[in-house]
Amino acid sequence: MNFDDTPQEAEFRATARAWIGANAPKQYEEELRKSSLGRTVLKNANILEVAKAWQKKKADAGWACLHWPKEYGGRGSSPIERVIWQQEEGPFGQLSRMFIIGHGMCGPTMMAFAREEHKRTYLPPLASGEKVWCQLFSEPAGGSDVAGLRTRAEKDGDDWVINGQKIWTSGAHYSDYGILLTRTDPTVPKHKGLTMFFLDMKSPGVEVRPIKQASGASDFNEVYFTNVRIPDHQRLGEVGDGWNVSLTTLMNERSAIGAAVSTGFPELFEYCSSLMLDGGPAIEDRAVRSKLANWAVKASGLKYTSMRAISALSRGERPGPENSIGKLVAGSMIQDVATYALDLQGASGVVSGEDGELAGRFQAMLLRAPGTRVEGGTDEIMRNIIAERVLGLPGDIRVDKDVPFNKIPTKGRG
Amino acid sequence: MNFDFSDDQKQLRDQARKFLAEKCSPKAVRVVLDGKAPYDKELWKGLAEMGFLGVAIPEDFGGAGAGHLELCVIAEEMGRANAPVPFSSTVYLAAEALLIAGSDAQKKKWLPAIAAGEAIGTLALFEGKGNPSPKNVKLTAANGVLNGVKKPVADGAVADFAVVAARTGSSGRDSDISLFLVDLKAGGVEVKSLTNLDPTRGQAEFTFKDAKAEPLGAAGDGWSILTQVLDRAAVLCAFEQVGGSDRALEMGRDYALDRIAFGRQIGSFQAVKHMLADMYVSATLARSNSYYGAWALSTNAAELPEAAAAARISATQAFQHCAKNNIQVHGGMGFTWEFDCHMYYRRANAMALGLGSLSYWEDQLIDRMRKKNAA
Repeated sequence: MNFDDTPQEAEFRATARAWIGANAPKQYEEELRKSSLGRTVLKNANILEVAKAWQKKKADAGWACLHWPKEYGGRGSSPIERVIWQQEEGPFGQLSRMFIIGHGMCGPTMMAFAREEHKRTYLPPLASGEKVWCQLFSEPAGGSDVAGLRTRAEKDGDDWVINGQKIWTSGAHYSDYGILLTRTDPTVPKHKGLTMFFLDMKSPGVEVRPIKQASGASDFNEVYFTNVRIPDHQRLGEVGDGWNVSLTTLMNERSAIGAAVSTGFPELFEYCSSLMLDGGPAIEDRAVRSKLANWAVKASGLKYTSMRAISALSRGERPGPENSIGKLVAGSMIQDVATYALDLQGASGVVSGEDGELAGRFQAMLLRAPGTRVEGGTDEIMRNIIAERVLGLPGDIRVDKDVPFNKIPTKGRG
Repeated sequence: MNFDFSDDQKQLRDQARKFLAEKCSPKAVRVVLDGKAPYDKELWKGLAEMGFLGVAIPEDFGGAGAGHLELCVIAEEMGRANAPVPFSSTVYLAAEALLIAGSDAQKKKWLPAIAAGEAIGTLALFEGKGNPSPKNVKLTAANGVLNGVKKPVADGAVADFAVVAARTGSSGRDSDISLFLVDLKAGGVEVKSLTNLDPTRGQAEFTFKDAKAEPLGAAGDGWSILTQVLDRAAVLCAFEQVGGSDRALEMGRDYALDRIAFGRQIGSFQAVKHMLADMYVSATLARSNSYYGAWALSTNAAELPEAAAAARISATQAFQHCAKNNIQVHGGMGFTWEFDCHMYYRRANAMALGLGSLSYWEDQLIDRMRKKNAA
């Protein structure tokens, strides 16, 4: 049991560290280090531009999408090298956020199902950040129940004609391309009538409308499709096989090992270390210490769970299912942490933004936190996944499984 | 990086699991639970023969000379099997105290006997209510004899010797405390069994009346030695708790798969699935924190105090959580004496207190994190 790199890993780490040291946009380091959930801002620069510039610089030097094959814009690195890179990139990794969907989900799906010429055309600019991709799965009628989606694709000559609506599409407002899951046959049970495509988000008939979130910010969008035409060669996988194609995408979403999940604990510990309460420093208060200790062991438990997964990678094994707990634990934890940080501020905890304590850091965290428990699989879906795939418990009894999609009830009451 | 046990260590774990599955069935545990024996003597003998009692004791003192990582994997299996033997008192507390502070003669006298299963040891620290603190040590040592009362003492009724914390000064500092070794068979110590939450591991009250004692470690070093012993034991106990958590989770999972209600497996109801998923989460966090504790223990890292406290808290919480919800998954049957669920519930809650309570360790963790940050 040790935390040491192998000689090859150490060499890779040294090379990566030297390159990052010489090339990273250091002028933003402090701001990126201080960013937390709900608040990643650069005061004097457009973060999208900074992110794109950093990604392009990485790509030009062969440091983009490390685990992708070279011919598609990657480096052909091993999984463990990718983890080492993330560790070394540190706060600058915050700049990769706008590319997570494209690199983590769209790219791998394209790699598995697109034609070779499309891969060579579309993947390198995706890797370099020159083109941004989004993922168009969720719909008003299909959130956790993704296969309940209703956006129609109908064949018309060599094209498909798309009509319908998507929702919760991260980054659609700055995306160039998207992968799109549609219903091509409503007369068969829901999982069987789906087909996947990729499309140009500038296609006529695509309309992106930002959603104003409960937090006030807008990270997600509604996307409307009105007679949008997609050529058949942009289909990913067989007609009617869209569900299996989407599973590839979602598996990739959940296998992002080593990607640090935000728990809010370091921020809270730092805050309590300096905060003075009526009776003295917050961190000397018994009740505060008890709360901190409970969150401390969750945060360290997640950290070392991730280390175990990385070790498996380092040995060339597939990591076990332990890592599936990350989002579930961190999501509700950061919400509780933010709530408690405000509690410690008393009545003034209500003041947010620049007028608030620490420029409203914990207020912003509180308002953004509900989203973390929903996006990328709700807490309840994550528990189902653990129960079914890790513990081997039976799946839910699905009353709509063998029913043709167009016969499934659409309303709960009336 | 290899943040995992080696293949040899995993093999040892499998070997221990197989051995305990054979020699320490729930039926065997119940002999002690029902008060028919103070501990499982056959099992104790078998553990000695397998080399498990002395796995972390150097070969010079009759042990296997492996290390703490090997002891961790065995501890996990002891917890999984709910073994009714004085393993933690003897191996994590008494033997570790001797390894840290014992003279060569003391080590020669007791360590080979521990490894051979011929001596049971324990730590006599507590004096009634309260957590580990120099302030709570009132028992006095003077002129080579001890006077006072210790309770509860884990496995006290079956122990041959005890490491005893005694007051040797009154300055209000940690250096007021010294450790002593007491041969319990030599007279001067009255031993009374106490009823307790977990009858598979006894608790006792010791009354010392001019009991002969020899110093363990230098005078005034007692508290510093104890702190190290408790940290090591916290990691080792955490592995027992991790083993117990896993077993309780498995029991709940298996029952949820077998039991039919409303015409379906109860494990297909989300209310039950989610409860089991949450148990898995607790058990996984505890395991990962404990691995870090194992690394710190085995390398004697500066991080040990913090890592031990984190492992202790996380594993205590996980075992309590898994044991209580295992009963819940079982419904009414889980609340019968006949089903084994309550054995883990008892063990989980007894272990939560043995080295000091959860709130004590929470306090310790924050202290230690602050110290690290200040350094």
